[in-house]
Amino acid sequence: MSGLDLVPQATTPTTRKDYVPANEVRWCPGCGDYSILATFQSVLPELGIPRENIVVVSGIGCSSRFPYYVDTYGVHSIHGRAPAIASGLAISRPDLSVFVVSGDGDALSIGGNHLIHALRRNMNLTILLLNNQIYGLTKGQYSPTSPLGSISKSSPFGSPDYPFDPVTLALGCDATFVARALDTDRAGLSSAILAGARHEGASLIEVYQNCMIFNDGAFAASKGPDANVLPLVDGEPLVWGEFGLVRNEYGQLVSARVAEVGIDAIVKHDPHRVDATQAFALSRLKDSVGASAPVPMGIFRDVERPSYEHVLRDQAASAHMDGDPTGHLQALLVGPDPWIVK
Amino acid sequence: MRFGESPHQPKGVCVRTEHLERVVIRFAGDSGDGMQLLGTRFTAETALAGNDLNTLPNYPAEIRAPLGSIGGVSSFQIHLANRDITTPGDKLDLLVAMNPAALKANIADLARGGILIADTDEFTTRNLTKAGYETDPLADGSPDDFQVIGVNMTALTVAAVEPFGLGRKDAQRSKNMFGLGLATWLYSRPPESTEAFLSQKFAKNESVMGANLAAFHAGYDYGEATEVFAVRYAIDPAPMQPGTYRQINGNRATAFGLMVGAHLAGVPLFLGSYPITPATDILHELSKRKGYGVTTFQAEDEIAGVGSAIGASYGGALGVTTTSGPGLSLKSEAIGLAVMLELPLVVVDVQRAGPSTGMPTKTEQGDLLQAIYGRHGESPAVVLAPVTPADCFDMAVEAARIALTYRTPVILLTDSYLSNGAEPWKVPDITTLPTIDPNFTTEVPESGYLPYARDPETLARYMAIPGTPGLEHRVGGLEKTLASQISTDPAVHEEMVRVRADKVARVADTIPDLVVHDPTGEATILLLGWGSTYGPVDAAYQRLSREGVNVATAMLRYVNPMPANLGEVLARFDTVVVPEVNLGQLATLIRARYLKDVVSFTHTGGQPISSIELKEFVQDYLKTKEASK
Repeated sequence: MSGLDLVPQATTPTTRKDYVPANEVRWCPGCGDYSILATFQSVLPELGIPRENIVVVSGIGCSSRFPYYVDTYGVHSIHGRAPAIASGLAISRPDLSVFVVSGDGDALSIGGNHLIHALRRNMNLTILLLNNQIYGLTKGQYSPTSPLGSISKSSPFGSPDYPFDPVTLALGCDATFVARALDTDRAGLSSAILAGARHEGASLIEVYQNCMIFNDGAFAASKGPDANVLPLVDGEPLVWGEFGLVRNEYGQLVSARVAEVGIDAIVKHDPHRVDATQAFALSRLKDSVGASAPVPMGIFRDVERPSYEHVLRDQAASAHMDGDPTGHLQALLVGPDPWIVK
Repeated sequence: MRFGESPHQPKGVCVRTEHLERVVIRFAGDSGDGMQLLGTRFTAETALAGNDLNTLPNYPAEIRAPLGSIGGVSSFQIHLANRDITTPGDKLDLLVAMNPAALKANIADLARGGILIADTDEFTTRNLTKAGYETDPLADGSPDDFQVIGVNMTALTVAAVEPFGLGRKDAQRSKNMFGLGLATWLYSRPPESTEAFLSQKFAKNESVMGANLAAFHAGYDYGEATEVFAVRYAIDPAPMQPGTYRQINGNRATAFGLMVGAHLAGVPLFLGSYPITPATDILHELSKRKGYGVTTFQAEDEIAGVGSAIGASYGGALGVTTTSGPGLSLKSEAIGLAVMLELPLVVVDVQRAGPSTGMPTKTEQGDLLQAIYGRHGESPAVVLAPVTPADCFDMAVEAARIALTYRTPVILLTDSYLSNGAEPWKVPDITTLPTIDPNFTTEVPESGYLPYARDPETLARYMAIPGTPGLEHRVGGLEKTLASQISTDPAVHEEMVRVRADKVARVADTIPDLVVHDPTGEATILLLGWGSTYGPVDAAYQRLSREGVNVATAMLRYVNPMPANLGEVLARFDTVVVPEVNLGQLATLIRARYLKDVVSFTHTGGQPISSIELKEFVQDYLKTKEASK
């Protein structure tokens, strides 16, 4: 089962250059979006599908300029509504690979409703949520992912809003594919996008994206040689630095020194488990491990469940009537109780 | 058991049959009494009898309002005639009241000398109190102006269905069929179609089927066997054009029109919709049509309904969303996006009484200005308004044609009255209908592909859909050049704003002229309606003509853009009366666009305009005008 099962294969391979349009990219110099765009363009050829069968749909915000910078089909729509528009497109065109590119304000504030429903329905969409924890395009207001107390133009006394964690939210929607990646981590981001695009159903990929201008360094702790990051590797023990995750008497994931408990005591990562409990616990490490908790990066969950479109196609196939469609339609119009006037 | 084999054999009482030209009947009861089913079946029998007909269901917003209360009264009105009729009628010739609340809520509409049939078993002290009666109106002679016929319907029904072993509650539930049987007899309707209907509907439950048939027969035989009725009535078939007919309500006609429109264009039909009264039946109807290639998506909200439709249209389908007034407000921003992207989109607004939640099951025409102007920016859209339930089919096909041809949102304004009202419909042969060319661009033009380059005649843009190699491009809500490159150049915006408006204006090139009904050619007064006021306008015209007042009528089915000859038509008449179920929205538009000082007749009671009130208004207006000379 793959999300690309009904998308035709490319007759001639595409290259990164095929996806770079002539128009100029207009994000602020140094914006994290540049590296995400470059990775995205270089990953698309690996999907092995024709360029014309890829559509990028976005809403409003800095990240939502994305479609203009990818030379495929694309729609730059209205604030928050990209998942709804992409859903209609994906339902009616199973031969397309549909991406949604959104931001923390677009996807989680004004468009929160559409995001959660696209995830629970398992729409065949790959959703890149570029999270910079700030409203950039409107010049610096706190967003639904800004930490409590964040100072911004609209929160001079500190943000009073408790933030969403996008991964926790997606898992709460029973999303079948949830991942997190870093704008500057080309390898991690590439593998998340590839796996997400191939996944049947909704894939949510949260990308930590640095906003140089209004929220510079928001993810500094996840970058560089001292990055406090927990790599999520399928089948491997959950370790970072000298530490690993073990279960305590309450079943919580807590940190332990690997040297003290031994590597066999460390919990292994399994994103394919239908029971999302461990994926959820990984998204809440700050609750169980505390302030020193690392940020998990990689695929939290990747399970199989037929997509919405798949279920719909099965229904359509069972309702299909052989013979002349015009005749069927005419008979429907006439109905069961006609009378004839001569 | 076939009809005629009933255990209650007719005793052969001799009754005279009187032939009527037309009759207006209302069945009223508690919302749990099955009045809508009764009415629908009586309508089906009437259609098969070859009469012209027009119906008006009226039901409470509450699914189960308190039993026996005025608020819980549900009714169904039918007007049937031996000639062409256009309204469900004003005054009632027969009122069937299943309880005191139903009597109280409806008696004011019964014509003097009309027949009142009441279920006397329900006129208990408790029920009378609930309806606010201090004494029994059937006993104290207060409905003196009417022929009052009390029938102990509940008891007769319970007795008739006794052999089928139902509990008392279930047995009582069949009394709508008793009422149907009695009405079927009284108006000489053919009973066979209802027998067939009941046998099929309850095929899986023999005792329920038997009970319903027995109650139906008991009602029929009651008319035949008792001497309560001295006269029974017959209405001869109405002359109609040859063809195959069925009865249809506005919502189903809309659904069928959308299906046929997509079929004629050879594109799939996609409906994105969120449940809302009174539009939901279109979603229900189309949800059943997967076998015909229809896709329906019950969205998480109104915005996702229109959003998904826009996505589907971008992919080459006919994207449709259905809603009512509050939902249209929620969809406004997205409709603006479709204006900007220049994509086909059909938005069906089944208007109801507003603002806000208003009266969700009652009718109004209050969304006209919202449909035309209710968006930010210069955001032109085509607005169509079918005039009868059957016309919803034709205008839905038109909506599909215009949306696909011009790459524009089209708002189809029906209303609660049209959506639930039913009338005979001559079913068209779809192979004879003109096809629609979606005209998608599939080849790379020599000069390169410009997504916003246009057909010089229609100004429709050349649209390429995803999956077309070589034509990859982006569209968006930002202002852009012909090449779909973002632009903030003032000259580009100026040009684009005007070209989008011009494109919608040019739709007038392909719509029919306004037809004026002016048999003498000498009328100086025009009744100019739009949408569902057709029935009352036509009925008022008939009444005025009978009283020697020479008026002409015309109905706007295209309200934006308006027909090209409208200015000339307006100039021809001294007086133009514009009746509307709102506070004068079309009148405002006509005054603004044509500088014609029309006379506005308005009404917002949640019910269609009364043709009698409209007639009297015209007469009063003329008197006042005469007096002021």
